[in-house]
Amino acid sequence: MQLIRTAGLLVLLLPATAVAGVLAEDRADLMYHYYDGGGVTIDGPSLLVRKKFAEKYAVNASYYVDMVSSASIDVITTASRYSEERTQYGVGFEYLRGKVTYAAAFSNSNENDYNADTASVSISQDMFGDLTTVALSFTRGWDDVTRRGDPVFADEIDRRIYGVDISQVATRRLILGFSFETITEEGFLNNPYRQVRFVDPDAALGYSYEFERYPRTRTGNAVSARARWFLPYRAAFQADYRFYNDTWEISSSTAELSYTHPHGDEWTFDVHYRFYDQDAAEFYSDLFPRENFQNFLARDKELSTMQSHTLGFGIAYEFKPSRFEFLGKAAVNFKYDRIRFKYDDFRDLRSTGLAPGTEPLYEFDADVIRLFFSGWF
Amino acid sequence: MMRPARVIATLIALIAASGCARIEPWVKPYEREDIADPIMAWDRDPVSSSYMRHVYESREGARGAAGASGGGCGCN
Repeated sequence: MQLIRTAGLLVLLLPATAVAGVLAEDRADLMYHYYDGGGVTIDGPSLLVRKKFAEKYAVNASYYVDMVSSASIDVITTASRYSEERTQYGVGFEYLRGKVTYAAAFSNSNENDYNADTASVSISQDMFGDLTTVALSFTRGWDDVTRRGDPVFADEIDRRIYGVDISQVATRRLILGFSFETITEEGFLNNPYRQVRFVDPDAALGYSYEFERYPRTRTGNAVSARARWFLPYRAAFQADYRFYNDTWEISSSTAELSYTHPHGDEWTFDVHYRFYDQDAAEFYSDLFPRENFQNFLARDKELSTMQSHTLGFGIAYEFKPSRFEFLGKAAVNFKYDRIRFKYDDFRDLRSTGLAPGTEPLYEFDADVIRLFFSGWF
Repeated sequence: MMRPARVIATLIALIAASGCARIEPWVKPYEREDIADPIMAWDRDPVSSSYMRHVYESREGARGAAGASGGGCGCN
């Protein structure tokens, strides 16, 4: 607390400079999103609006809905198909003073068994002749976890995120970005419905289930670097890399390459490839040797040894709308991604009649679509 | 290992100190036409990138350091 207070005091000492920075443009986006993969379909609308006043202040508001219909492999093997809806609202405020931008935001996400409130503050400053932008952020989250059909169970999560971002103009055609984030969480961190399986010679399948048990704390560190080049014929190429590890011994690498190619003033085409690789959490197992084998038990495929590959593209068409004159310009975007998730130690239990632990490894493909309209006013 | 709050306090102090020094920009303002092109933005469509971040964070163990498009997800 003392250090945070010190940081707050230092913020007041930041230099105010004569030349001003800029706030982002006034813009509204209305999006339809769709995800279909592994027996799960999620779709819904998303709205994001931002508006500035007097070139010094800006406000933004967002609305987002997930409509979920799930018959995932976890649901098929241990529960029954379900549908649910998650709604998220967000508001934000920015104040630009000289070259320093102060921002604060709040969001609420709600579904029938989970509520999450998130508040964040950040400060960013342009410096060194505007070649460098440094941003510091702090986010605090408070989640309430409940379980459908269980009026007694209720628990919480307390989350803190500390972040640093640096954007650096390196040459006339190259910009670099660096980010570091520490995320600490404390509370009920597992899914209250998910179960692990253990060897049970008395069971017909050769195994039985018990509920997951996770540690009540988790701290993760993520560091990333990216570079974006402007190509001489007016196109852009970007490379990203991120390394992550945490106190659950999950360690992962993410790498991404993307290419943006405009055609005339109206069309923009994007194509990208992303690769993700992670090691399992130390208390993860697809099949534990017996019931209550250890203090902490997980069989969440998100915590297994896994990889994902994404190949995607985007098409944007920009135009001057004749019917809505208050819009300076507008754009229609279509983006599609195909993601393959592959698991090295999570088995597909839909294959029955096999000895426990010899079932085929699970993998699935997901289709992700975003269709959105953007208007600048 | 330094605590995050201490790292942030140190960085803020460095930013504050930068107000005293003057570094000559090696890319002049009139040479920034290419990097100011909209196709060079880190995050051209925030509504789409924040959604994709949510897609990955819900299905992978890692999170954070997403760069200019970053921010807490508030999801578990």
